[in-house]
Amino acid sequence: MKLSATKQLLDLYKEQSALEDYQSGVPRWCTGCGDNAILTAVQRLCRDEGLRPEKTVFVSGIGCSSRFPHYMKTYGFHGIHGRAFPVAEGVKMSRPDLTVFVNTGDGDCCSIGAAHWIHALRYNMNMTVFLHDNQIYGLTKKQASPTSPIGTKSNTTPRGSYLDALNPLTVSLGVSNVSFIAQAVDWIPETLYEIVKAAYHHKGFSFVRIIQRCPEWLPKSLDPWLQDPERVQLLHHANGLQISQGLSRVYKNQVEHDPLDIHRAREIASNTDIIPVGILYQNREVACYEDTRHSGALRTVEAIKKNFNAELDKYSV
Amino acid sequence: MTTKKVTKKAGKKTCTTLKEHIVEIISDSGEGAQRCGQSLGSIAARMGNGIWTTEIIPAEIRPPARSVAGASGNRIRIGSSYITNGGDETDLVVAFNEQVLLGRVNARELKPGCIILLENMWRSHNDQNIVKSYTEAYERLVKAGYKVVEIPMEEECLKLTSNAKRGKNMFALGILCYIYSFELQMARDQIALTFGKKEKSVIDANVELLEAGHKWAEANIDFRFSIPATPSGKQQISINGNTSLALGVMASGMDICAMYPITPATSASHYLSEAFEKVGGIVHQAEDEIAACAFAIGASYAGKCTVTITSGPGYSLKQEAIGLAVMAEIPLVVVNVQRGGPSTGQPTKVEQGDLLTTIYGSHGDAPKVVMAPATIEDCFYSVITARRIAETFNTVVVILSDASLSSSQQPFDRPQFQESWLAPPIDQSPVPAGAKPYDWDPVTGIARRFIPGQPGGMHTVTGLAHDRDSHVAYDPDINQEGLRARSLKLAALQKTLLPPEVFGAPKGDLLVIGWGSTKGAIEEAVEGLRAEGKKVASINLRFLQPMQPGIKEIMQRYKKVLTIETNWSDNPNDELINEDSRRYSSLATLLRSRYLVDVDCWTEVRGQPVKPRTIRQVLLAKLEK
Repeated sequence: MKLSATKQLLDLYKEQSALEDYQSGVPRWCTGCGDNAILTAVQRLCRDEGLRPEKTVFVSGIGCSSRFPHYMKTYGFHGIHGRAFPVAEGVKMSRPDLTVFVNTGDGDCCSIGAAHWIHALRYNMNMTVFLHDNQIYGLTKKQASPTSPIGTKSNTTPRGSYLDALNPLTVSLGVSNVSFIAQAVDWIPETLYEIVKAAYHHKGFSFVRIIQRCPEWLPKSLDPWLQDPERVQLLHHANGLQISQGLSRVYKNQVEHDPLDIHRAREIASNTDIIPVGILYQNREVACYEDTRHSGALRTVEAIKKNFNAELDKYSV
Repeated sequence: MTTKKVTKKAGKKTCTTLKEHIVEIISDSGEGAQRCGQSLGSIAARMGNGIWTTEIIPAEIRPPARSVAGASGNRIRIGSSYITNGGDETDLVVAFNEQVLLGRVNARELKPGCIILLENMWRSHNDQNIVKSYTEAYERLVKAGYKVVEIPMEEECLKLTSNAKRGKNMFALGILCYIYSFELQMARDQIALTFGKKEKSVIDANVELLEAGHKWAEANIDFRFSIPATPSGKQQISINGNTSLALGVMASGMDICAMYPITPATSASHYLSEAFEKVGGIVHQAEDEIAACAFAIGASYAGKCTVTITSGPGYSLKQEAIGLAVMAEIPLVVVNVQRGGPSTGQPTKVEQGDLLTTIYGSHGDAPKVVMAPATIEDCFYSVITARRIAETFNTVVVILSDASLSSSQQPFDRPQFQESWLAPPIDQSPVPAGAKPYDWDPVTGIARRFIPGQPGGMHTVTGLAHDRDSHVAYDPDINQEGLRARSLKLAALQKTLLPPEVFGAPKGDLLVIGWGSTKGAIEEAVEGLRAEGKKVASINLRFLQPMQPGIKEIMQRYKKVLTIETNWSDNPNDELINEDSRRYSSLATLLRSRYLVDVDCWTEVRGQPVKPRTIRQVLLAKLEK
C-alpha cells in the first residue's frame, strides 16, 4: 500500500506516545534518591513533546546518575567516567537530526570530566544536559566530591572535607559561549519539569544543575533547605519561568530575574546560603558548533571523487 | 652501495653517470632549505627518477641561528629506478652555514669523502668568532677528507635581491639542477607550481635566482652527475606518509576526523582541514586526546565509522576510550604515527615502540585489529582497508605509522578512485522484531549493530559487561560469552588474510622479519646479500593482530630467524643479559610466544630510520654466528 507523503506526515503527527513507551526496566536507584524525580520529569517531557524514541539518545558517563539511559526506552550510550560530553558531541556532530540528552553527576562532570564540561559549554552544541548533583560519590560508596560542602565527612575525608565546594553555576557562567544555565531541586517536581522543558526547547547547550538528595550517604545534608522554604529562591520572568499560585503559597521567596542579564545571573549563582531555582541565563543568539561546522556541502560520491582527483592533481609528478 | 661510474667527457668537464646519489640541503630553520629540497625531489620525480625524501627537522620551532642542533632541511635519495628507503649516508650536501653541517657530521650522516657545498659568507663576517669557527670547521672538514667547495651564495644572490636570505634556496636549487643535469625548464615549472598562489613577480624573482645558480655552477663547478631515469610510464603522485593517510581518510568515505595536536601526526589533520572540508568532511580539534577519541566514538556510534589521528602519548591517553569502543563494538579507526618514547621521548624522531601497547593496551582483554603500513603508498590503502574492517567487524582498527613514513616523500602510482572504497550510507531501516543489538554469531562472533534512528532498535550501549540485549550482565556466563565473541572476530578476520610474501630466497640460512617502515631498508640489504650468494630472505608483516597465516611455515624454511625493528631490545652481549633476563623486541616477543620458534632480534633506537648498510652488517654477523 502506497501512502502519500502528506498522509504519512499527518499519521506521524497523530501518533501519540504514552509514558510506558519511554520506560525501560526498573530503576535500581535507592528509595528517595533524587534520580527518580529526574527520570519522571524527563519521561514526562518525552511524552509531552512526542519525542520519537528511535531519534532520541541519552548519553551518560559513570556513576549513579549515569545509569539513567538504561531506564529510557530510547537509544542510549552509557560510556566511561567523565567522557559523556565528548561522546554526546560526536553523536550530535554526526547526526544533527537526533535529539541528544546528557546525564552526568557531580563527580563525572565537575571532577574527572571537568575539562570536557568547560569545552562543551564553549562548543554550545544543541543538547540538553542534566547535572545530577548530590554532592557525593554514591556508586563508589561515599567519597567527597568537588561539590561537597566543606566539612563533609566521607570515607576519604573522615574528619571532614578540606576545600570549599565548587559552584557549577558560577563556573558555567564564566565560560564564553554559554547559552543556557538553570538550576532545579529534586524536591519541587513542578519547577523541575518546567525547567527541564525550557532546557529542552532552548537551541544550544542547555545546562541544568539539579540539586538532589542522596538518602544513602548524605541523608540530612539538604535538610536546612528542605525544612525552610525561605532558603529556596524562585526566579521568575516573562522570558523565564512563571510560578503557579500553588507553589507561591509555599515558596514565598521569589525574585524577578531576566535570563539575559548575565551579571545578575552570576550574582544570584554566587549565593550559597539560598538555593536559587529557575533559569539563570539564556541567550538564544549563540551559534551552535554543529551548525557552524556543517558546511552544507553534499557528500555525494561524485563530489568526493572530484575533490579527491583534484587533490591528486596537485601532487602529480 | 654499488655505484656504477661511467665517466664521459662533456666539453672540458666530466659528467659521471650514477645509479643513485643522496643529496642533502641544510640551513638554519626558516632559510628555505626544506623548500629547496622538496623542489629538487619533485624535479627528480618529474624526470622519472626514483626518489625518497626525508625531512631534517630540528625539535624547536626557532632554534638559535648557526647551531649544531638546528639543522633544518631535506635529504633526497635520487635513483635510476624505484627507491624504497632513505638509504645510507649522504653523498653531497649543500650547507648554508658550517654549524648545521657539523651537526650532521657528528651524527655520522655523511659518507666519507662526501662533497660539501658550503656557503662562504662566514669567512668574511664582521664577527671574528664566526670567522674563526668557520675557518676551523672548514679546515677540519678538508682534513677529514671531505671534498669541500665554497660557494658565494650570499654574494651572488645580493646581485639579484636585497634579501639574500630569502633567495638562497632557489640559487642552491639552480646549482643542484646543474650538477645533476636536470632540465632547467622542469625546475622553472616546479617553481611556478610551488609559488602558484603567489604573484607572478614572486615566481619570476625565484626563477631568476634559479637561473643564476645554474649559471654560476656552470662557470665554477668542475664536476657533473647524471642519474639516468627509468620512468615507470604510469601516472604518479609524490606525497609524504601523513598526506597519504589523509587522502586515505578522504577516499574511505569517512565523514569525521577528531584529533588533538601532536607531533608527528598533526600534519595529516592539517591537510584534512584544508582538503576534506571542501566536500563536507569535518575535522574536530578536541580539547584533549581523550575527548578526541570519545568524540570519534560518539560520532561513529550514531553514523559512519570515524577516525582519530594521534601519536604515542596521545595514544596512551586514548586507551580507556579505545577499550570502550571494543567493548561496545563500535567501529573506529585510530591512527598512531609513532614517535620516540616513553613519555615525551623524541617527538620528531623515528621509533616503532608502540606495538605491544597497541595490541595489549587498554585494561582487560580488548582485542583490536592492528595494521602497519610499510610504504607511503600503503598509508593510503591502509586507511581504506581499516575503515572497511572496522565496519564489517564493529571493532577498533589501529594503524601504526611512524615518523619515518610521516615525513618522507616517495612517488607511487596514482590511485584510481573506486566507489567501493566509500563507506556505505548508514542503515536506518526498522529493526526486525526480536532482533537483538548483540546477536553474536556463534562461529564468527560478529553481530549486526543498530544505529540510532532505526525504529525498534532502541537499546543502551554500555561499557559494562552486557548480554545480547545490551543489558548490564550479572550472570557469570554472559561475560564469558561476550569476551569470546569479541575475540572470535579477530579469528574471523584472520581467515580472510593472505600469507606474507617472501622477498628473496624461498628457503635458506636466514629469514628477516620486519613490520612497518623498515621494509625498504631490509629488502635492500637482503637483495645486496643475495647478489653475493647468501641464502637470505625477508617478510614484512602488514597485520600484527591478527597475524597473517603461514608465518610459522615460512620461518621453518630457514635455519635462523631474526627481526629488525626500531624499538628496544636488550643486547645479549651486555653483562647482565642472558636468556633469563633478556627483553626481546616487540615483534620478536609476539612471534616467539605465538609460534614457539627461537626468533632472535636486532634493534636500535637512534631516532633515525635504520640504514640498509647497518642491516647488511647485522645480517652478515647473524649468518656467521
